[in-house]
Amino acid sequence: MKFLTALNMTGGYGMGADIIHDCNITVEKGEIAVVVGPNGAGKSTAMKAVFGMLNLKQGSVVLDGEDITKLAPQERVHIGMGFVPQNNNIFVSMTVQENLEMGAYIRSDDITDTMDQIYSLFPMLKEKRNQTAGELSGGQRQQVAVGRALMTKPKLLMLDEPTAGVSPIVMDDLFDKILEIANTGIAILMVEQNARQALEIADHGFVLVQGCNRFTDTGQALLADPQVRRSFLGG
Amino acid sequence: MDILNALVLFANFVLIPATVYGAQLALGALGVTLIFAILRFANFAHGELMAFGATITILATWFLQSAGVGLGPLPTALLALPVGILGAVAMVLVTDRMVYRFYRRKRADPIIMAILSVGVMFVMAGLVRFIIGPDDQNFSDGVRFLIRAGEFKQMSGLNEGLAIKLSQVITVVVAVAVVGLLFWFLQKTRAGKAMRAYSDNEDLALLSGIDPDRVVMIAWLITAVLATTAGVLYGLDKSFKPFIYMQLLLPVFAAAIVGGVGQPVGAILGGFVIAFSEVTITYAYKKFLTYLVPAEWAPDGLVQLLSTDYKFAVSFIILVAVLLIRPTGIIRGKVL
Repeated sequence: MKFLTALNMTGGYGMGADIIHDCNITVEKGEIAVVVGPNGAGKSTAMKAVFGMLNLKQGSVVLDGEDITKLAPQERVHIGMGFVPQNNNIFVSMTVQENLEMGAYIRSDDITDTMDQIYSLFPMLKEKRNQTAGELSGGQRQQVAVGRALMTKPKLLMLDEPTAGVSPIVMDDLFDKILEIANTGIAILMVEQNARQALEIADHGFVLVQGCNRFTDTGQALLADPQVRRSFLGG
Repeated sequence: MDILNALVLFANFVLIPATVYGAQLALGALGVTLIFAILRFANFAHGELMAFGATITILATWFLQSAGVGLGPLPTALLALPVGILGAVAMVLVTDRMVYRFYRRKRADPIIMAILSVGVMFVMAGLVRFIIGPDDQNFSDGVRFLIRAGEFKQMSGLNEGLAIKLSQVITVVVAVAVVGLLFWFLQKTRAGKAMRAYSDNEDLALLSGIDPDRVVMIAWLITAVLATTAGVLYGLDKSFKPFIYMQLLLPVFAAAIVGGVGQPVGAILGGFVIAFSEVTITYAYKKFLTYLVPAEWAPDGLVQLLSTDYKFAVSFIILVAVLLIRPTGIIRGKVL
């Protein structure tokens, strides 16, 4: 049993058709797990299922030995899950610092230490802390989004396509930061379009096709697998 | 000398009344904009909420007056205002619980919420008339004028008098205090920031653990305070007529939309834009111009762009123009 163990998840949105079938995703503390696959494979849906944003018909989600299948997303935040959505993941009308403060809304203890940690992880945010988040560039916004989610001191951080729409340089920088976050002992689960780069930093990769697990292995092994390379990584 | 006379005349009939009216509209528009920012619907019951808050305040004022309690030169209504606010708070919390909450949980369309608020408006209007009747009510007491026109003429030696009513000063002072308090709350407190976050991005606010029921409740509380204050100040300045608050709904909505719906700063700007437009367009400039131009150029007519009977048309025209040209308002807000 890993730190996060989501097994046999089957379900879809509302009363609609099932999007994921018997899907398994696991992450260990301090490791990075990446979900990759073609468009429409149900990557984001699988991640949302882990976070409780859809009604599962079957399957279970276990975090740190505790069955959380029935918990609402907000309750999962309280027990240590942080979620960075793909879109609209910052408060655009508020300053960078206020974004971080809102991330820590559920905490009643002193948040200055956590905020300092995030500022040392993303020095740029400290520089721009009094600037409105909506005025920042795409890469900087993603930093704010990740920073906001880290303010709750999550044990599992989930990122839905953190590098969507940012330049390759910014993407490399973001992946470096994600590695740094994982090194502090946080489990990281992310969905990525940039499969090759993501698998390079991943401890484990899950290749989804049509809502099912097609390949599951370490990041390096998947990168080396000729079948995976041919089908999903462009040779 | 003539220029000074013209300026005093202008101040007395345009500047001061428009500023006071603008402050009243700004308070009203802030309530509308706040409900829109948090609950995301146009609250048509806002005018009647102003009337309801004012009604309770008037009842409390009468009670205090009959008990001989007063504030000396200040109107007793200021002392009764907290009672009116409590009444309005109870009113909005009960309507939210009985009407809006059910549809909010169903995530009903904003238009459904707006139509609900029209129903609430009629019920509240009936309630106000049931409690206090459809007639004018006078509840102002204390000193009426701070500066009388006659005294001003004597002091300054000018032909034109400048009158400042105590109610006008109170309106501006109270409005500034309430707005200052509101902005402090929204910018500096945790609950205020949570409200801004909820208004900015509801889903992310939920992900951050912000309790939507609490945010909605605080929004209603603030709205009740703003509406009652605006209603009482308007009643003190003019007089209390139950139907006038329904008519106020148009300029109040116009102010909120002109400023940018959902933007508190915009609501204040919009309030003054509407008030100054209304007053400057319906003012007769004959005397003003007579002071300024040579005698032979003096106008024969009233030089009034629009009769005061049509003053509501001004806000209506501005409203339509803004919706056509810049639907987001002066400060980029949401689109209704």
